[in-house]
Amino acid sequence: MSSWPSNPKYISGSVKRVDAPAKVTGRARYASDIQAPGWLYGMILRSKWPSAKILSVNLDKALKVPGIKAAVAVRDAPFNVRFYGEEIAAVAGTSKQACLDALRAIEVKADVSKDFVVHESDAIKEDSPRVWEDSANAGAPRAHNKGDAESAFSECAAVIEGFYTTPVLIHNPMETHGSTVSWTDEGVTSWASTQGISSVQDGLAGALQLDRSRVRVLTDFMGGGFGSKFGPGAEGVLAARLSQQAKAPVRLMLTRFDQNLAVGNRPSSFQKIKMGATSDGKLHAFQIENYGTAGIGAGGDSGGGGGGANIPSPYLYKVPNYRVSQTSVAVNAGSSRAFRAPGHPPASYGMECAMDDLAVKLGMDPLEFRLLNDSSEIRQREYKTGAEKFGWKEKYQKPGSSPGVIKTGIGCAGAAWPGGRGASYTTGEAQINPDGSVEFRLGVQDIGTGTKTVIAVVAAEMLGLTPEQITVKVGDTNFPPGPGSGGSTTCPSVSPVVYDICANALQQLQAKSGLPDARGDNWFPACKKLGVTPLKVSGQWQEGLASGPAYGVQFAEVDVDTETGLVTAKKIVAVHDCGLIIDRLTLASTINGGVIMGMGYALYEERVMDSLSGVVLNPNFETYKVSGISDMPDIEVVLINMPERGVVGIGEPATVPTAGAIANAVANAIGVRVYSLPITPAKVLAALGKVPAPVPS
Amino acid sequence: MKKPEEEKFGIVSRREFIKGLGVTAISTVAAQTAAVAQELEKANAEKVIGPGAVPVTLSVNGQNLQLQLEPRVTLLDALRNYSSLTGAKEGCDRAACGACTVLMDGRPIYSCQKLAIEAQGHQITTVEGLAANGNLSPVQQAFIDKDALQCGYCTPGFIMSVTALLQKNPRPTLAETKHACSGNLCRCGTQPHILQAVFQAAGVSMADKTEVIKHV
Repeated sequence: MSSWPSNPKYISGSVKRVDAPAKVTGRARYASDIQAPGWLYGMILRSKWPSAKILSVNLDKALKVPGIKAAVAVRDAPFNVRFYGEEIAAVAGTSKQACLDALRAIEVKADVSKDFVVHESDAIKEDSPRVWEDSANAGAPRAHNKGDAESAFSECAAVIEGFYTTPVLIHNPMETHGSTVSWTDEGVTSWASTQGISSVQDGLAGALQLDRSRVRVLTDFMGGGFGSKFGPGAEGVLAARLSQQAKAPVRLMLTRFDQNLAVGNRPSSFQKIKMGATSDGKLHAFQIENYGTAGIGAGGDSGGGGGGANIPSPYLYKVPNYRVSQTSVAVNAGSSRAFRAPGHPPASYGMECAMDDLAVKLGMDPLEFRLLNDSSEIRQREYKTGAEKFGWKEKYQKPGSSPGVIKTGIGCAGAAWPGGRGASYTTGEAQINPDGSVEFRLGVQDIGTGTKTVIAVVAAEMLGLTPEQITVKVGDTNFPPGPGSGGSTTCPSVSPVVYDICANALQQLQAKSGLPDARGDNWFPACKKLGVTPLKVSGQWQEGLASGPAYGVQFAEVDVDTETGLVTAKKIVAVHDCGLIIDRLTLASTINGGVIMGMGYALYEERVMDSLSGVVLNPNFETYKVSGISDMPDIEVVLINMPERGVVGIGEPATVPTAGAIANAVANAIGVRVYSLPITPAKVLAALGKVPAPVPS
Repeated sequence: MKKPEEEKFGIVSRREFIKGLGVTAISTVAAQTAAVAQELEKANAEKVIGPGAVPVTLSVNGQNLQLQLEPRVTLLDALRNYSSLTGAKEGCDRAACGACTVLMDGRPIYSCQKLAIEAQGHQITTVEGLAANGNLSPVQQAFIDKDALQCGYCTPGFIMSVTALLQKNPRPTLAETKHACSGNLCRCGTQPHILQAVFQAAGVSMADKTEVIKHV
């Protein structure tokens, strides 16, 4: 078993992001910046109906628009569309303006007499219109049980019941989905904004019926994905078909509207929870009935990273008696995709709110109640460390006892993430040149978490060089393959591979140069002995250098204005176990990002559907509110360095507990529970009895 | 407390303009609408350009860009798709995200909301124009030092907003900094590090918010 160096120079330090200079100067070329010679602009025509049978798509007039070089329908009519925003056709031309004109010139005939349903609470009813003709909207509930929940409730000293709900969220990465695709006789090249170059390669090869070796995917820089950018998508395939027809490269990036309609979302959850504890404060009985929607994709269990609506339950806690029943409900809306820690943020929210509500009923401090019921040693330690940093004991007051109009409250919540240990199939290579320069090549991509920096840090450490002396190349399917950037796997996937490449390189250099140790000062003399032939070394993932699962806890302090209902997050303390920290600077960025996204889930974000027209009412940044810089709380990140665990991924656990912690802080401040995310001013005022409850949409 | 200075729109402030429009004034204006439209049409008759492409000269980062553009092409579109200056990013194309922020005569603007033909005769600065002779600006350097970026797609927009802020106000408060960056969105969640970077660039030190605890 391999092990990491014990007194590292760069590992666990604060190395600046190696591609930051390119990003701050505008030199970095993102997928949407690619200007291939002779490139054309591409755009998509989308359904304006939530459900329709497309009878014909006539592209003749569009093809006559000046500047238009290609136009394709997604498939031969007739075909069905099942949500507002589904792809119908696409055009490519010499300018965006030409494409806009051409989209207007496409003639679509459709039978729009079909009924539709866009809200899961309607879709779950027996007499609801069907999204798919041949199957009911709601699948048979999935059940899993332990002990005898029914009779266990009668043995409890306190029982709470609550209906905790979470909305559909949109990923909204700053760079929309899309790519530039060039399809020539040699094959297909796709410069894609993706978090999975290999999965885009597979997807394009499959859709275009090409040999995988004839599809090359390149991603130097990409502008965020959060789980929504693994495959080529309909837009990637359409770009390829347009390129084939136009005999020119086509850049097809989605508009922000497109992005909000058709390329994924986090499923909703409607969690009816009943939970009880014995008089000594031990959880004894638990019951949940949950449903949520994954759009037209009914989806399955999403605990491991899929896109379905089911959630892991009873989540972090070992309850001796439980009954879990949940189902995914199809509606006429875009299909869900993996969204940062699939299943876990809603699971944490529902369970952690129920924990606080039960603690209140038992008359216990919610933190003490957790310490009594959470069997994870690591989380126990995180809770204790975090409570001290946060000042939990000094700050905790009984719910609703904060004086004045603006009430302060605190809350906490925990996270788990089963992944994090990396993909054992990851490979990589390095080319070492006689002049001592060295280039690492891995078929992964940097989604913004700092993958290139991680590779440089590990390589510099192992070879005794500086990170600046390491050239890192990723984002090319011609390199040895690695996993997609998802599930907190990239850092623990690439770090062991780079370790192995370096170990192999040093061994071979030693043999070729005769020098006993090729590291540090000996590096350049050793490389010189290579003569004229560069040394190519490959490496594999190694057991013992990375592990999982990941844990984490967060504490939140909020102000709630009881006159306006406005919630302000004041402070978040995020405590996470990181195994061996590779780069402290980029790690802190990832955790900040998780917290801020979690805050958006708690307070601001929600896709709003209109049941009469079936459209998404807020498909842009003016109406879909993400956290802005003025909303920022004071975020303190506490990293527990555990080198003995090896590298552990952090992207998912960082966002899991935030919403639960904030929701609990709000309940602690005002003394009543707001049962539904996002916690808007209207819902706060309704919970306080100052305004009528909002009519559920 | 001193009243904030009212923002001027041209020569009259918005308040003065609205004050000047009494009810009578508005009804008079309504009655005159047709006449005004006719006048405008006459006045603009010689100036109508497009809809086809017309020559457009933009002064970007101190250099002239000679382009042929339809009048409906935005400044952002002109930069990204008719020149190789792709530093300004398109995030929404409707004045909601700030990724396209550039400076026009030193003021930050959303380049997606400015027609290229309107930007003629103004000095445009994009993120590519900040590093003089390859030396990064203090703002760019601070973004690197504080890791004020993740995927980096919003970064050029933030850097332009911060550059404009510090030119006008070299020692901004936290509230002023947040206000200046309120028109820029970041989805990765780099805002805490951006605030740290602004303070570094302004020469003010800010406490590190990250702590590492060794496991025993």
